[in-house]
Amino acid sequence: MPTISMTVNGKSVSGEAEGRTLLVSFLREELGLTGTHVGCDTSQCGACIVHVDGQSVKACTMFAAEAEGAQVTTIEGMANPDGSLGVIQQAFQDNHGLQCGFCTPGMVMTAADLLKNNPNPSEKEVREYLEGNLCRCTGYHNIVKSILAAAATMRGEQVAAE
Amino acid sequence: MYAFDLVKPKSLAEAIEALQADEAQPLGGGQTLIPTLKQRLAMPGSLVSLAGIAELVGISASGGVLSVKGATTHGAVAAQTDFPGLAGLAGKIGDPAVRHRGTMGGSIANNDPAACYPSAALACGATIVVAGKDGTREIAADDYFQGLFTTALEEGEIVTEIRYPIPQASNYQKFEQPASRFPLVGVFVAKFADKVGVAVTGAGENGVFHWEEAEAALASNFSPEAVEGLTVSADGLMGDIHATPEYRAHLIKVMTKRAVAACA
Repeated sequence: MPTISMTVNGKSVSGEAEGRTLLVSFLREELGLTGTHVGCDTSQCGACIVHVDGQSVKACTMFAAEAEGAQVTTIEGMANPDGSLGVIQQAFQDNHGLQCGFCTPGMVMTAADLLKNNPNPSEKEVREYLEGNLCRCTGYHNIVKSILAAAATMRGEQVAAE
Repeated sequence: MYAFDLVKPKSLAEAIEALQADEAQPLGGGQTLIPTLKQRLAMPGSLVSLAGIAELVGISASGGVLSVKGATTHGAVAAQTDFPGLAGLAGKIGDPAVRHRGTMGGSIANNDPAACYPSAALACGATIVVAGKDGTREIAADDYFQGLFTTALEEGEIVTEIRYPIPQASNYQKFEQPASRFPLVGVFVAKFADKVGVAVTGAGENGVFHWEEAEAALASNFSPEAVEGLTVSADGLMGDIHATPEYRAHLIKVMTKRAVAACA
């Protein structure tokens, strides 16, 4: 089996991958990064979203070998260096943006992708950007609230806790 | 998925060479092909990845024509400002993560009867540039789209570029099937100085088609009212659990009127 190399969460990694090995399988099974989830395996749900070279992609719908040499960021890379929750993760906790938590890694990665390009999104823009992320618990309201709160924090604004 | 070799050529020439192998198939962004492989509906011997070939990525506008290279993503098309109608169409394909991988060339090569891009290519009279072992060919959109998942592409050829004459005004309206988000009916309207293009996707039993009556009516009176008196026949339209041919016929007119109104 060929060996492939990439940078995941700032670290150079390598592992074995067949041609048909999906990026999500490589991350979870070869690298042990199980924070990225497989929800539907049909590119609908977005639980597997990671960033490849700075853009959100569905890791269940990309081959590992296509990410060779790329910069990959997973949910494990979203925490602060000391292990505490990053701004977006903390906002999800503060705003009850998760219940079962299964979709949360993908939600956080999509939110990070949105906020990088649009630091002050409207509620409508947040909802539109979440089109490819499904949550079966929250009804999305608290996820949207979490992302808007994270955006405000990242812009340096104070947010009143509810 | 069945096993296959993943080939990553560095240039167009290497890709075409790799595609001459038995059972070789090109891989664009994979947003349709990978789900197809998972269902074991395809069994290629090798997949030739086009995504990493720099000469197949890019958008340029000159002389009133927008040229989009085949491996350019929907996200990049949505971000260009030279052809706003096409940007609007691309920005509503799938979802953000899909738009970061899926490519225009892949969509045009697949010719799904409910894909969005073919309607823009047909309405604008785009030129599809394809390359194979015998060189490149330029094919008019009217000759290129030939039916469900059927195009003028030959074995071993790939779509390298799509050239769209940029209309004076244009708009794409789609009525989505709510689960797949593919259009039940999508209509692209393109207004040029001397003609109007109206192309319909999602509805035809043979894939994308011109609505010629609307093109003629809009050429002399570019307003939603010009379409009002026309009727669309349900003959030759698709019917399935989501919509009857008659409902699709109704939607074609509604989407056309909305697209014309949005051009103003």
